[in-house]
Amino acid sequence: MRLFVNGETRDLPDAITIAQLVAREAPGLESGRGVAVAVDAEVIPRSEWHDTTLEPGQTVEVLAAMQGGA
Amino acid sequence: MSEFELGGRRWGSRLIMGTGGFRSLRAMEEAIEASGAEIVTVALRRIDLNASGSVIDSLRRAERFLLPNTAGCYTAHDAVLTARLAREAFDTDWVKLEVIGDDRTLYPDPTELLDAAVTLVADGFVVLPYTNDDPILARRLEEVGCAAVMPLGAPIGSGMGIRNPYNLSIIVERAGVPVICDAGVGTASDAAIAMELGCDGVLMASAIARARDPVKMASAMRSAIEAGRLAYEAGRMPRKLHAEASTPIGGTAEFRAG
Repeated sequence: MRLFVNGETRDLPDAITIAQLVAREAPGLESGRGVAVAVDAEVIPRSEWHDTTLEPGQTVEVLAAMQGGA
Repeated sequence: MSEFELGGRRWGSRLIMGTGGFRSLRAMEEAIEASGAEIVTVALRRIDLNASGSVIDSLRRAERFLLPNTAGCYTAHDAVLTARLAREAFDTDWVKLEVIGDDRTLYPDPTELLDAAVTLVADGFVVLPYTNDDPILARRLEEVGCAAVMPLGAPIGSGMGIRNPYNLSIIVERAGVPVICDAGVGTASDAAIAMELGCDGVLMASAIARARDPVKMASAMRSAIEAGRLAYEAGRMPRKLHAEASTPIGGTAEFRAG
């Protein structure tokens, strides 16, 4: 299925969960510490990553800490 | 130097350090150490698998309190969403709220800022807003429940120093929450001036990161903030137009030849 991940079109397995997507996008950061996910501009809490399956056409942002400020 | 309270916690250092602009994570870590800062800001961005090393690991190793910011947000909607994402990522309900009006000045957009502050306070956040040096906006931000107000000294990254000390003084005089001078500091004397005006702290990154020797500048800033705060607590002497001798006149010898 086609998803929009961090501004790019991606072909990913059907019914992929957010936890699986994060493991693919951010290997080594699967624990989720320092990582946040929004699906269609809604925050998905880390506790729901395993049970939330993505649907075709959704827009996903996978964000992580970066140096920043002032 | 007295401790200060921010967001219901007591802090020993009055320097809050941004982590942007450093040449490497190592340079950032060394500068944080030299600055003595206990609170450091971090941003949230699309994950970059090519990044060398993790900023989060680096900061956790340094045992600093992470303050996520909403840098790069232009609307209340985006800032609120970013703050909520940061809460998930960093397990904190603190946020340095930035809602920018345009990319040339990086001045805050006052109405979007206030809207975002209202929403985030209602959502249980400890909201630390980066604001214009406007006493009325500062008062409004305090009234809606922000834990501090953080007026700029000059535009972000400009290094122009404290351009309107009178407005900062008015904000300090009226504020019932801590006032943190956020942005504009270019060198140590700027930080000292902000503190002498009565600010409770100073937030900076570029002044340290873009110095020729960031570690040495971090150390200079630490000293300047301590000196400025001590001077504020000590209370400066009044300014006078004319000289006033500090040595008593009485008992002065009279020298006459022959």
